[in-house]
Amino acid sequence: MFDVTVIGCGVTGAGIAYELSRCEISVAVVEKQNDIACGTTKANSAIVHAGYDPLPGTKMARLNVEGSKRMEALCRRLSVAYQRVGSMVLAFDGADLKTLRELLRRGNANGVEGLCILTKEQALNMEPGLNPEIAGALYAPTGAIVNPWGLAIAMAQTAVKNGAALYLNSPVRSISDRGGFYRIEAGENALETRYVVNAAGTFADKINDMAAQPFFRILPVRGEYYLLDKCQGGIVRHTIFQPPSKSGKGVLISPTVHGNLIVGPTADPADGPEDTGVTAQGLQKVVKAALRSDTHVNFRESIRNFAGVRAATATDDFIIEASKDAPRFVNAAAIKSPGLSAAPAIGPEVRRILESIGLVCRAKGNFTEYRQPPLFKNMTKAEQAAALSRDPRYGRVICRCETITEGDILQTLRGPVPPVSIDGVKRRCNAGMGRCQGGFCGPRVHEILSRETGIPMENVEQDLTGSRLLTGETKTGGGAE
Amino acid sequence: MKQYDVVVIGAGPAGLAAACEAYQNGAGKILVVERDKEPGGILNQCIHNGFGLHYFKEELTGPEYAGRFIEMLNNTNAELMLDTMVLAVTEDRKISMINPRDGYFTVQAGAVVLAMGCRERTRGAIGIPGTRPAGVFTAGAAQRYVNIEGYMVGKKVVILGSGDIGLIMARRMTLEGAKVAACVELMPYSNGLNRNIVQCLNDYGIPLYLSHTITEIRGKRRVEGVVVSRVDGGGKPVPGTERFFDCDTVLLSVGLIPENELSRSAGIALDPRTKGPVVYENMETSIPGIFASGNVVHVHDLVDFVTAESQRAGAAAADFCRRKEQPGGEPAVAIESGENVGCTVPQHIRPDRIDQYAEVFFRVGRVFSNSEIEVASGGRVLSVFKREHMAPGEMERIVIPKKFLENASGGAVTVSAKEAKEN
Amino acid sequence: MTHLICIICPKGCHLNVDEQNGYAVTGNGCPRGAEYGKKELTNPTRVLTSTVKIKGGLHRRCPVKTDRAIPKGLMFDAMKLLNGVELSAPVRRGDVVLADLLGTGANLVVTKSM
Repeated sequence: MFDVTVIGCGVTGAGIAYELSRCEISVAVVEKQNDIACGTTKANSAIVHAGYDPLPGTKMARLNVEGSKRMEALCRRLSVAYQRVGSMVLAFDGADLKTLRELLRRGNANGVEGLCILTKEQALNMEPGLNPEIAGALYAPTGAIVNPWGLAIAMAQTAVKNGAALYLNSPVRSISDRGGFYRIEAGENALETRYVVNAAGTFADKINDMAAQPFFRILPVRGEYYLLDKCQGGIVRHTIFQPPSKSGKGVLISPTVHGNLIVGPTADPADGPEDTGVTAQGLQKVVKAALRSDTHVNFRESIRNFAGVRAATATDDFIIEASKDAPRFVNAAAIKSPGLSAAPAIGPEVRRILESIGLVCRAKGNFTEYRQPPLFKNMTKAEQAAALSRDPRYGRVICRCETITEGDILQTLRGPVPPVSIDGVKRRCNAGMGRCQGGFCGPRVHEILSRETGIPMENVEQDLTGSRLLTGETKTGGGAE
Repeated sequence: MKQYDVVVIGAGPAGLAAACEAYQNGAGKILVVERDKEPGGILNQCIHNGFGLHYFKEELTGPEYAGRFIEMLNNTNAELMLDTMVLAVTEDRKISMINPRDGYFTVQAGAVVLAMGCRERTRGAIGIPGTRPAGVFTAGAAQRYVNIEGYMVGKKVVILGSGDIGLIMARRMTLEGAKVAACVELMPYSNGLNRNIVQCLNDYGIPLYLSHTITEIRGKRRVEGVVVSRVDGGGKPVPGTERFFDCDTVLLSVGLIPENELSRSAGIALDPRTKGPVVYENMETSIPGIFASGNVVHVHDLVDFVTAESQRAGAAAADFCRRKEQPGGEPAVAIESGENVGCTVPQHIRPDRIDQYAEVFFRVGRVFSNSEIEVASGGRVLSVFKREHMAPGEMERIVIPKKFLENASGGAVTVSAKEAKEN
Repeated sequence: MTHLICIICPKGCHLNVDEQNGYAVTGNGCPRGAEYGKKELTNPTRVLTSTVKIKGGLHRRCPVKTDRAIPKGLMFDAMKLLNGVELSAPVRRGDVVLADLLGTGANLVVTKSM
């Protein structure tokens, strides 16, 4: 019997598990995929919003600002990449300037620090590549960029290290109230748990409906992106937004913590909770919109297109509350943008809600963070020497675009939640994230993964279950007709 | 810090030839650095034949061509350091590298030859719409799995791009029991050699769709099929021409990009058109004493030309470190690209540094039959070269006499291509 | 009359071969083209390049080729035969793996020392 079971291990679920694993309670996390952070968490803008967008008084406003304030220290404790680059919202005309003043008002009401409106000259001075036609900009010095899947993995690994039980490959099939506790059937597992937290992202409505009365629908929204080569990473130094509209915060241009440039997203109704395809029209929209902010973006330096699905709902706020009809059942749902920014605050929020409905959370005496091991390339000279003498394979560069060594890859395989796929390795140490997109290192990572985990070469997956790379050996089928 | 006369970065065909030639030209201490566990570079996985017709006057496979040069290297005193990755090259020719045996270390080179080769363009570079399932490989990555590792990457294949690697893989996959449903090419002509279209596609009844492209990749976890559309003259898909191909694998053969991260970090001037270093007649880059050759400079279609170019670089590197004082400041003639000419290599020629002729390589912008290449300077035609056939997929080579270069007005000559005036 | 593209060299001449007239070839840029044109219609041949399994080498496959062209129609039969071969390292470039492959007179040889 677990005290709490968290359903879903994206950045929201991982953040909740992380917070709960600080307490003297037993925690389970069930995740339908073969790894952490496989949904919205791995396909978003990777931005920490300052918190001037949400309407004052909403949960979204409070948790965004609180999350943004907690993010830097959290990332430092877990060794997750984070940079406070600051953000700007551009105005192109008088109407936009009016929007900026409204955002400034909201931001001030929400408690965002340091906001100010820049004149055109001030903005161009700070960001010389911007469209010289802009009319001004809202500047938010607390805007930041982060590695979203890195954060989720670090929080989940810390939770596991502190006793949380993580069930991967376990899609929830049913949740039944057995009077005082729930029984959850998830994949091949059946769990008993006193409390349930629904952090199932784009599937959160379906999970709610298994235990409680339906009261919200996820209306998934797809956002398409370009990721550009590092040679474009320095085109802007801040995250550059356009004025928000009904359909969202619009297309942004931002450096990433990995040194690339991210451009996007669109906001189109998705064809289901996993509709992560990109379209020719969507990509064209991104290009057109981005060039309005900065004409220097060179889309010929694209290294990847992707799309993420956001868990939007008819209402504008997060749904983070105890269920009105199902006892001991808490929803952490409708976590659309700024969900990543709010993640460090959602965990403590959910803990408070659980405590308010009877869960006793006493702090654990021996809680320890699982710091993400440093990559060889980021070590000091002394650390590198020590790493090399510990394992000479730190001297073998596998991913040459990102300078990731075999030692780095082996280190991920020793973590509390080791990767089982090539993309799982990528999410933990960046191998294959660079400009050749794994063209060179993919087969080598494949071999290391197979050798170290015992998964036969033919069974190694690119990413999720069912994404095998190989179909068999040569010298077996040849000569057929 | 260890000192070497010549350090060659990369032990593929370019690096091997450069190192052998540096030795022949008197370089004493030579180091060849290779990141893989064996020398030979990409030739190791190019198990098909067609290599060496120019250089060895016989038809060899990739491993055989590499093998001959590896043996030549073994007969020199050059040191070959395998499993070693170069992390940085500086302007004053200090080279930092790392390997499992020695860890992190730096050597000082008298001269450097950059021979890092190229990488493949990926799906992300060309932006194919659709889902992102497993089963989309660059042709070269697939070639490595099939030829070196001995694994099949799919059962039913569609190939995008008709470059030679794509064509070669069409045959290779077919012979190993896969079904290749189609080869799809955006351009109205193939970028591969005619002989490869005959031997690799026609022999096995694999259809080639020119002026077509993949407009959507379908499949949730693994590729389940692709939508192929015809494109108009501007390369834009024509609505209504979509057709679906059932397949589990897509191989991309959509171009190669010189691998110049090290060159860039060293501060070497790069040509935005070739994406390789700007070079002089002896393959010297903008930094004296640092030379470059092979696919790191511009993408070749024949390894024989890589060899020739690399020999020039190797000889020049040996020459550079033999001299106490470097000549400098000789006048250089810029070789400019005129009409229908992509980009020339070298980009600059110092007439004082050549004997009688200088070779210039380039690609043309479209298919020509019965055409001519014109070399002009200051509005005056210096020389005309007749060509029966030219195509972007085949690199052209011309030889410009020294006296033309010495008399170039304004320090520049222009190379252009056009239809012949009369037949 | 049959139209062919010559594959002898990268030039790719467009050949016309007249079957009615002793396989006379026109359109060829050199004598090798005439020879190819005739052979392609009477007895088309290709060099087969492939791999075979190898034990104890750096990799699990060793590249091989036929040391001369074999009839085109025998390619898949030859591939079938290769499936059953397993070498043990070391091997030298040029080592004969299978002599007189399928009675063609061509030997299957190793193309890479491993």
